[in-house]
Amino acid sequence: MENILKALQLNLIKDNRYLYILDGLKNTMIITIFATILGIILGLIVALIRTTYDNNKKSNSMNSISQVVLKIANSLCNIYLTVIRGTPVVIQLMILFFCIFTSREVSGVMIAIIGFGINSGAYVAEVFRSGLMSIDIGQMEAGRSLGLSYIDTMKYIIIPQAFKVILPTLGNEFIVLIKETSVAGYVAVQDLTKGGDIIRSRTYDAWTPLLIVAGIYLFLTCVFSIFVKKLEINLRKNERK
Amino acid sequence: MEKLLEVKDLCKSFGDHLVLNHINTTINKGDVLCLVGPSGGGKSTFLRTLNLLEVPTSGQIYFEGIDITNSKTNIDEIRKKIGMVFQHFNLFPHLTILENMTLAPKKILKLSEDNANNKAKELLKRVGLIDKINTYPNMLSGGQKQRVAIVRSLMMNPDVMLFDEPTSALDPEMVGEVLDVMKELAREKMTMVVVTHEMGFAKEVANRVAFLDEGQFAYENTPKLFFENPNNDRLKSFLSKVL
Repeated sequence: MENILKALQLNLIKDNRYLYILDGLKNTMIITIFATILGIILGLIVALIRTTYDNNKKSNSMNSISQVVLKIANSLCNIYLTVIRGTPVVIQLMILFFCIFTSREVSGVMIAIIGFGINSGAYVAEVFRSGLMSIDIGQMEAGRSLGLSYIDTMKYIIIPQAFKVILPTLGNEFIVLIKETSVAGYVAVQDLTKGGDIIRSRTYDAWTPLLIVAGIYLFLTCVFSIFVKKLEINLRKNERK
Repeated sequence: MEKLLEVKDLCKSFGDHLVLNHINTTINKGDVLCLVGPSGGGKSTFLRTLNLLEVPTSGQIYFEGIDITNSKTNIDEIRKKIGMVFQHFNLFPHLTILENMTLAPKKILKLSEDNANNKAKELLKRVGLIDKINTYPNMLSGGQKQRVAIVRSLMMNPDVMLFDEPTSALDPEMVGEVLDVMKELAREKMTMVVVTHEMGFAKEVANRVAFLDEGQFAYENTPKLFFENPNNDRLKSFLSKVL
C-alpha cells in the first residue's frame, strides 16, 4: 500500500507530473473529436459520390458531361479508399508530418487531426454507403416523382434515414479512433500515451504511468460504449413508435 | 380535346428482354385510362416511363408538348406536374404526415409554411385523416397510408396522376377506402392513368381501358365494350381468369 502511494507520488505529484497526463488527455480528445468530424464530412462526400455513381449506372439518366465528371470523381474516391485503408495510419501521419507539412507552421495536433480525419473518412465512407444503400429505392422514387431534385431527395429524405441507421456504427468508429490516436506521438504530438511515456522516462517507473494511461483509455471507451448502446436502444424505440 | 401526354414509338428493354414494344398512345385531359393485363406485360414499366422513373430505350414521350425524353428537358420541372402513387405507398417514415405532405410544396413551389399547412389540412380533412396529421406513417394502416400518399401528390397540384397498382398491397377491407378517394378524383376531372387489377373500378370509373400484353397495347376500348365484347383472344382468356 505504502509502495503504491509512493509510486503515485513520484509519477503524478512530483514536479506536477500529472499535467503530462491531463494535457495528453486534452490533446487525445481534441484530436479524436475533430478527426471524427472531419472523417464524417469526408466519408459522407465519398459515399454520396460512390452511391450516385452506382445509381446512375443503373438508370443512366444524366447528360454525358456530368457522367464523365462523376466517373472521374468515383475513380478518385476508389483510389482514396484503397490507399488509405491499405496502408498503416502511422505511415500516413509521418508522411503528412515529415513530407507534406514540413514548415512546422502547422501544429502537430492539427496534423494529427488531418491525418486521423482522412484515415477515418475512408472507413466512415463505407459505413455511410451501406447506410445509404439500406434505404428502400422507393424512397428515392417517391422524392423524385414529387419533383424534388436528386440532391434535395438525398438531403431531406435519404440521408436523414441513413444517418439513423448508421449512428451506432459511427459511435463505434469514434471509440476506435480514441485508441488509434495513441500513435500520434510519432509526429511529436503530446497525447495521452506520449504523456505517460514522458513520465516513464523521467521516473524510470514503467508500471505506474502505463497502467494509469491504459486505465484512462479503458474508462473512456467504456463510457462511450455505454453511450452508444443507449443511443441504439433509443433509436429502436423510435422505430417501434 | 387537349392532349396531355403523347407517347410515340416507345420501347424499353432490360438487357435482351423487350418490355415495351413500340407503344403509341395519347392521353387527353380528363382521361381516366386503366391499364390491365398479366404480370410481366409491361403495365408498371409503361406507367413509370411516363415520368421517367424508367428511361425509355427509344421513342418519345411528350408532356404538354414538351419531349421529356430529351436530355435537355429539366425532368424535375415536369415531375412536379405529374403525381405518382406507388403500390407500397413510399411515405417518408422519418417525417410526420404533415411533413410528408408539405416537404415538396415548400421546397419546389415555395409555398409558405402557413399556406402549405393549411392546404395539407384541407386535403387531410377530405380523406378523413385530419386526426393523423402529426403522427408518423408507421402508425397508419395500409389504406390510410395510401390515402396520405394520394393527397401528398395532390399537394403539388398535378395535371395528371399516375397510379401504380395502388391497392395491390392492401388488405381487402381497405381497398374500398382508397378506391373511393380515386373515384372522387375522377369526378373532379383529374386526368388519371391507373395500373390496376380492380376490374370493378375500371368498369365504373375509366373512360378507356387498355390491355397490355407482351409490351404492347394489345387491345383498347371503352370499359363497356372492353369487358362485354372483348375482341381479342388473349384478353378473353385473361378476363376469364380475373373476372
